[in-house]
Amino acid sequence: MSDAVVTIRGATKVFDVGADQTRALDGIDLDVGKGAFVSLIGPSGCGKSTLLRLIGDLTQPTAGQVQVNGKSAHQARIDRDYGIVFQSPVLFDWRTVEENVELPLEVGGVDKRKRAQRAQAMLALVELTGFEKRYPWQLSGGMQQRVAIARALSFEPAILLMDEPFGALDEMTRERLNLELLGIWRQTGTTIVFVTHSIPEAVFLSTKVVVMSARPGRIVDVIDVDLPQPRSDLTREDPRYFSFITRVRESLRGRVEGASLRAGS
Amino acid sequence: MSSRLRQYAPAVAVFIGVLVLWELAVRVLSIQQFLLPRPTAIAAAFAEHFEELVVVGRNTLVEAVGGLAIGAAAAFAVAFATARWATASRALLPFAIAANSVPIIAFAPIMNNWFGILNPLSKMMVVAVLVFFPIMINTLRGLTLVDQSSLELMRSYAASEREIFTKVRIPNALPYIFTALKVSATLSLIGAIVAEYFGGSQSVLGQFIITEAAFFRFANAWAAIIVASAVSIAFFGTILAVERVTIPWHASARHGDAT
Repeated sequence: MSDAVVTIRGATKVFDVGADQTRALDGIDLDVGKGAFVSLIGPSGCGKSTLLRLIGDLTQPTAGQVQVNGKSAHQARIDRDYGIVFQSPVLFDWRTVEENVELPLEVGGVDKRKRAQRAQAMLALVELTGFEKRYPWQLSGGMQQRVAIARALSFEPAILLMDEPFGALDEMTRERLNLELLGIWRQTGTTIVFVTHSIPEAVFLSTKVVVMSARPGRIVDVIDVDLPQPRSDLTREDPRYFSFITRVRESLRGRVEGASLRAGS
Repeated sequence: MSSRLRQYAPAVAVFIGVLVLWELAVRVLSIQQFLLPRPTAIAAAFAEHFEELVVVGRNTLVEAVGGLAIGAAAAFAVAFATARWATASRALLPFAIAANSVPIIAFAPIMNNWFGILNPLSKMMVVAVLVFFPIMINTLRGLTLVDQSSLELMRSYAASEREIFTKVRIPNALPYIFTALKVSATLSLIGAIVAEYFGGSQSVLGQFIITEAAFFRFANAWAAIIVASAVSIAFFGTILAVERVTIPWHASARHGDAT
């Protein structure tokens, strides 16, 4: 893919646990195109979070290469190409909502007036206008996660890395935030890599679903989800939406059953 | 205001009740004045020596505050260096922990020798050594017990170690620091008064108590103890007030519930 934002070739990650070695990722090849919404899905321990962290240079591969925007992941981090959203919002209690959103800009040396403007725009994007002066602990879990998204987008990163960002939220909030996230994705054109273990969430959001298996972590299937854009609540009633869900589920299950058959023999 | 009154009413009732019982017990059981003076006798002693008590109380408070300031400054320096550089941690921590197991009050005569028995600095140094460890260890805890995700987040912004320190570690440590300072406020007064028992200026709480007790004027000694308690509570309260203003975001100071 010529317009790939992320290119991964033969990435392997081995963790030393005492005398044992755990192969968290094994020979991963993956391309993420510009403006794509790619989900990584798989059972616990399949290395999907590790893969996301490799892209973000929060951990380094034991072997193989990770390139982002044509440079090393490390250089991309130094160039501030990433916005990261974790499962917990990781907001700072001592900063107001506005100050939390401004944090990456502050670190980047953006002047005060511009920071305030940017924070205003981002909070409007996540529909939190009017909450600027509140503290994080005065907000609900869903609102806190929206602040985290506003913060990750505030410095216009080339790529947004999200590690189960809605995993701790209730189903209703999660579905609403899924829709909001798609709106933000359309407006900003940001490339998104999204880790989840919810099949419907992966299908609903993504242009591409990457199915992974555990021990060792490998990519077993890459499914292009060509459901029409923009997606809406109607998408969730589209028969093709369900067939994609079935397809992802079978990919996951096929792998799991294959593994247990081998283990039993 | 009335709800506040209701909140404190039980404590006030107990306080008054204890005083009344005390007074009655001493009178009915004819307990000797030098064993336990009546509350009314202590109150009279307090009124009679009020001006002198204010002076000795103030002098002791100066020692406690000065000692706390010196001890806290040293504790912050060591904690910051330890949190920042792993080498400093390996070089300094064993000594700090060893120093903590030394019965510090045993140093008082030596401090008198080093800094001059009449110099308030000799008492301040006892206090400083006493409060050093709790402040240092709590500050260090606050600087290092930072959520891993917070650090990764800062790293993803390509933040420098210095920025991580000023924007994450120090704010994270503030609640720990205030907890340590509140404990140390009480500790510093204990340290100052006990250090005064080892000699020095006569115009301090420790010497006032020793002298009055030596002459069997126990009501006066009790009055001085009340002053010591009041000073200690005021010192604690001041730090509490500063905490409320400095870290209004912290759980201990939050007003109103989350929405």
